[in-house]
Formats: sequence, C-alpha cells, structure tokens
Amino acid sequence: MTSAREDILGTIRRSLGVHGNERTRRSIVEERIERSPKGLIPARGQVNGKERIDLFVAQATGAQATISQVADPSEVPAAIAEYLRSHNLPADLRMGSDERLKGMPWGQTSLEVREGVSDGSDLNGVSHAFGGVAETGTLVLVSGPDNPSTLNFLPDNHIVVLDAKDVQGDYEEVWSRIRFAYGKGEMPRTVNYVTGPSRSGDIEQTILLGAHGPRRLHIVVVGE
Amino acid sequence: MTVHSTSPHFKDNATRALADGQLQRAMGNVKKGFIEKRQAVADKLPEFEELRDSARDIKNHTLAHLDLYIERYEEKVKASGGHVHFARNAEEAQAIILDICKAQGAKTVTKGKSMIAEEIGLNAHLEAAGITPVETDLGEYIIQLRNEMPSHIIAPAVHLNATQVESDFRRVHTHLDAGRDLSEPVQLLTEARGVLRDRFLAADVGITGANFLIAETGTSVIVTNEGNGDLTQLLPKTHIVLASIEKLMPTLEDVSQILRVLARSATGQELSVYTTFSTGPRRAEDLDGPENYHVVLLDNGRSSMLGTSFEEMLRCIRCGACMNHCPVYHAVGGHAYGWVYPGPMGAVLTPTLIGVDKGGHLPNASTFCGRCESVCPVRIPLPKLMRHWREREFERHLSPATVRSGLKFWGYFARRPTLYRLSTRIGMGALSLFGRKKGRFGWLPFASGWTKYRDFPVPQGGTFQQRWQRERRDAQVAAAQNPTGTGTDAR
Repeated sequence: MTSAREDILGTIRRSLGVHGNERTRRSIVEERIERSPKGLIPARGQVNGKERIDLFVAQATGAQATISQVADPSEVPAAIAEYLRSHNLPADLRMGSDERLKGMPWGQTSLEVREGVSDGSDLNGVSHAFGGVAETGTLVLVSGPDNPSTLNFLPDNHIVVLDAKDVQGDYEEVWSRIRFAYGKGEMPRTVNYVTGPSRSGDIEQTILLGAHGPRRLHIVVVGE
Repeated sequence: MTVHSTSPHFKDNATRALADGQLQRAMGNVKKGFIEKRQAVADKLPEFEELRDSARDIKNHTLAHLDLYIERYEEKVKASGGHVHFARNAEEAQAIILDICKAQGAKTVTKGKSMIAEEIGLNAHLEAAGITPVETDLGEYIIQLRNEMPSHIIAPAVHLNATQVESDFRRVHTHLDAGRDLSEPVQLLTEARGVLRDRFLAADVGITGANFLIAETGTSVIVTNEGNGDLTQLLPKTHIVLASIEKLMPTLEDVSQILRVLARSATGQELSVYTTFSTGPRRAEDLDGPENYHVVLLDNGRSSMLGTSFEEMLRCIRCGACMNHCPVYHAVGGHAYGWVYPGPMGAVLTPTLIGVDKGGHLPNASTFCGRCESVCPVRIPLPKLMRHWREREFERHLSPATVRSGLKFWGYFARRPTLYRLSTRIGMGALSLFGRKKGRFGWLPFASGWTKYRDFPVPQGGTFQQRWQRERRDAQVAAAQNPTGTGTDAR
C-alpha cells in the first residue's frame, strides 16, 4: 500500500501531467525561493524620513491604535506612565528581557515593572517591536525571551515601543531585515503583524474592540 | 466521511430561508456592511486591480508547481522541529488529529477558525472520542453553542441577530448571574471573552487552520481580527495546523502580495489586526509557545482538480467577497447551500468535494450576474465554473426531467432559426394581446414556477431579435452619418 504522501504527490503529478523530476520545473522553484522576487509594491509606502513616520502614525491611528512620540529612549517610561494614568489604568506592567527596554529609566517613574511571561493576569504588557510597516500602520513583533509572544495577546492593554529607524515602507523590507537577522529561509518561531487592537464583527457585523486580544494598543515611537 | 450535507434539498432550504424573518433581518447586515467597506478600501489603493492580477499569477504559478512546493515545505517544517502528516481524505485527517490528541492525553482542545475542520467534521469526531473541542472565534463559538454549521466563511454567525446570541449565552453560561444585562452587543463580546479566556489557558491542544503555508521557510500563517487563533496556537503544549494542499505559497514576498488583497476583499480592512507567522515548536530559549508542532495536509479531492477546468477554484483564498456580493446568498443565507462552503465559491467547490449528484442544485442557484467574479481577489471565473457544472450535470443526466425536456424543446427551435423567429414573434404577439388590459399576468400555462411568486410582465413591442436587428441597423446608419464615431454609442 502506498503512503498518503506518495498518493497525494502522485495524483498532483498525474493531474498536472508531470513526473516531478523535470529539471526546468525544479530550477524554477529553486530560483523562486532563492531570489524571492518582490511583486508589485504600492507607491503609498515608498516615502522616507518624517513622511514615512507620519504615514505609519496615520495608518496605525486609522486602525484604532493610539500613539505617543518621544525623541529619546530615556523618555519612554514617562510616556508609558502618562498613558496609563490618562486611561486610569494601574501603574504596573510586565515585559520580557529585551535589553533596549531594560536599559530605560523605569525607576524615575512610579511604575511597578515585572519581567517574564504572563500567566494571563497582567493588565498591561510592554513589548519592543522588531519593526513597523508604514503602508498599513502595522507593528512587527518577533518571539523570544526578549519579547514573549504571549505578551502580545494576553494583557488587556498592549504597549509597544518602536524605534522610528525600524519603520519600513512595506512588508517586503521587513522580510529583508528578518533574513538579515535570522538567515535566508530561517524564521523566528513567531512573527506577529499587529495592526490595531483586537476586534470582532461577529455580532451583527458591528465592529467591537477587545475580542480575545488586547482591548487597547498603544505605540510609543522613539526618535525621528 | 466529510460532514453531512443537505445540498440535495437546496430548493426546500431556500424556501424556508425566504420565510425566516430573523434570517432575513440578519442578512440585511451583509448587504450594507461588506460591499461598501470593500469598495472604500479598494478605492484607497490605486494598485488594487493590479494586485489582484499579481495574486492570481502567484496562485497559478504555485499550483503548476504544487508537488515541488509541498516537498520543499515539508523539508523546512521538519528542519524547524515540526511534523507534517498527509491525509488523503477526511477520515485520515480525523484519525491523525485524534492520535496526536490521544498521545497528549488531551481532554480539551481549543480551535481557531478553520473551514477545513468544518469540512472534515472534526468536532463531532473529537467529541465521539471523549475530547471536548472549544471553538474560540466568537462567531464559531456561537454556532457551536447552537450546533450549527457556519453560514459564511469569514462571518460564521452572520445569520443571527444579537437577541438570538443573548438567549444562547443565557442558556449555556448558567454559572453566571441570571439577572445580568446582555442587551448590548459589547456585553455579549465581553462575556464570551471571559468564558473563553479560561478555556484558552486550560486547553491541552490548539488546532488552527492556515491561510498560507510557506515553502521557503516552513511557516504557517493565520489571519485573524480577534486574536483567538493566536492564543489557540500559543498557549497549549501542542499546536496542530490543519490545512488543505492548495494553501502552499512559495515565499514570504508572495504572501505579502496576497495579504494586500485578502483583508481588503474580505472585511474592507487595509490589513487584518493579526497576521501571525509560525515556524515549528518553541525554541530552546523561548519562554512560551507550543512544545509540539504538527501540520496535517489534507487533499480530499483537490489534487484531482488540477489540470481540469476546476483548477482555477484552487486559487481561492477564502475571503468571502463572492458571497458578500451575491444576490442569491443575500436572499437565502449560507445554510440553504446545505454544506460547508456557501455562496458562489461554495456553488463551485461543493460539487467537486461531495459530488455533482448531491451538490448539483448549487451551481444552478445563480443568475450569472457576474458580481462574484468582478470582486474575486484572485479572479476566479465563478460563473463560468458554475456553467461547467450545469453542463456536466446535464451530460450525466442528473438534471430533473422538466429541465431536460424544457431544454430539448427549446433546442428544437433554437436549431431552426426561421421557426424560432416565427414562433417567438407569434408568442410575444399573443402575450401582449391577451395581457394588454392588466399589463401583467398572474398566471401562465407552463410558467407557474414563475407566476406563483411574482407577476409576469406583458411584452412591450417586438422580440429580442427584432430589437437587436433594429438597433444594429440604426447604429450603422448613425455611423455612416458620423464617420469619426464621436457622438454615437455605436458598438
């Protein structure tokens, strides 16, 4: 008896009229994966500098995220404290072991900072983004002990720190950076694109925020 | 055995649906919401139409090399520490998943939204084995409480109104205060969030579908707005991805192209809230993520669609735009289609998966208005494929006797143009003579199927052919008088 695997591949090949060892077909596939050609990139994201950050901010705001912008990493804790205060949220938060976050002057605020993964009881989680995509106001977060993926989904309020220099125009630029950081064909265990807070339209097609993931998404953009 | 179908009873289903006041009220939400939102967001992106071409081309390329991309994908999943299982049909997929769950000693399983899980009737199979499946997508959760099938591929509970959801929650969530206020939709959402949060944390296995599988990296991709699929694959010890073979994509760049048309076509968003790329189980240094990562690749008849006219259907990315724009779907809702996939895409796919003998009514339930094809992000010629099914149904003598004799009758005249012209002229003349007074017919011989539900208008003037000839003649005259072609609508 042939295995399901052989059977399925066999039927695909019979249907396509191929045997699977054609050198041209194989080289077409190899080349596509090797070169990973970019398709059509919308002009919208092809802007630089301040214009790109402005586009990111506008798009993320359009997806119901809130944004604060600071000039220097040292200003991040105060910006987060201010955000929590203005929304009447408790002054405590959880984060991973990201050195960029740990190096910030949390002691200058009254925030209580806990490190490690969330058991689901934390109200506020802070992550550092790998990057952002201006085209749609999307955050790109990668998994690992620095920024555990559960922090992106379990807390009610997710606060994400994003370096302005890490904001790309389009998704394709992000993949170039991921390949540079992790190697061609390699991926972190999880890459999360996040565009606004969690929502559902499943009841009468009316969009409501805060389905299963964070009810609020706040982004602190650092630098220009 | 795939999930049970009532597609052979489409006509009865549709009649019931048309008389269902709750359903008709709920379906109003489809008409106004999806269409306008899609148009608005498409208008905001000048490259949208070109991106649809790009998406179509990527899918065609992948299907033409599907065997090789599957091999490459499998290799990469293994290299990242995951497992790939192949399933020829629903039974094999059920057995593989059950084995994995049993090996984990699983008691409860959380599920992200997966149409493939619906296709193979996974929940019933798990329940029969003493494992509790918990749907976590809000819409899927609601229909699970009601023991129903989804009525839409991205909005499973679109056929329901908030008051119906409220009474289901009161019936099932008996541990909560009976006097609580659930009059606002947001209160229903909050209650589901609370109930399901505990389920997420307690589950032993998480099962999700996949929007894409990437050959380059061995990655599975899910697209959600709620974050439920993400918690499903992140928290339990074991993550099972259940996906059909046509979900393969070559590279991250190819996925990026298709993401640009997916959410826009589906919900009218620029991008869905969460697009999550998962590659293998948790890494040595990770503090979270599943320890086991399995992919179940389901064929279930798809490999035989390649190389046929129905190959184009394998481009489908399950956005739901075709049903959102379909007047038949608007009128009868998704359940009338009687199986997992409703609307135009279901009318094409269902006969391939359960047989044209059972699903043959569905491709007939279309006016061929073409709206589905005009919005399909991967440009599937849905009306053409529905017509193919009608032809096959006719060839296999599956169409009802009245349809066959009617077509034969019509065919006799159609092959004799003079007779056809003469008889239609007489027919139209007679109808306009008899109906002149009232302007419409409440009853006509051989046409009660029409006149039972609506009046038949009295013909005004000549036949279509007469009118066609007259207009062509007029156009030629006009063109002769105005040779530059401006100022006329001559075609």
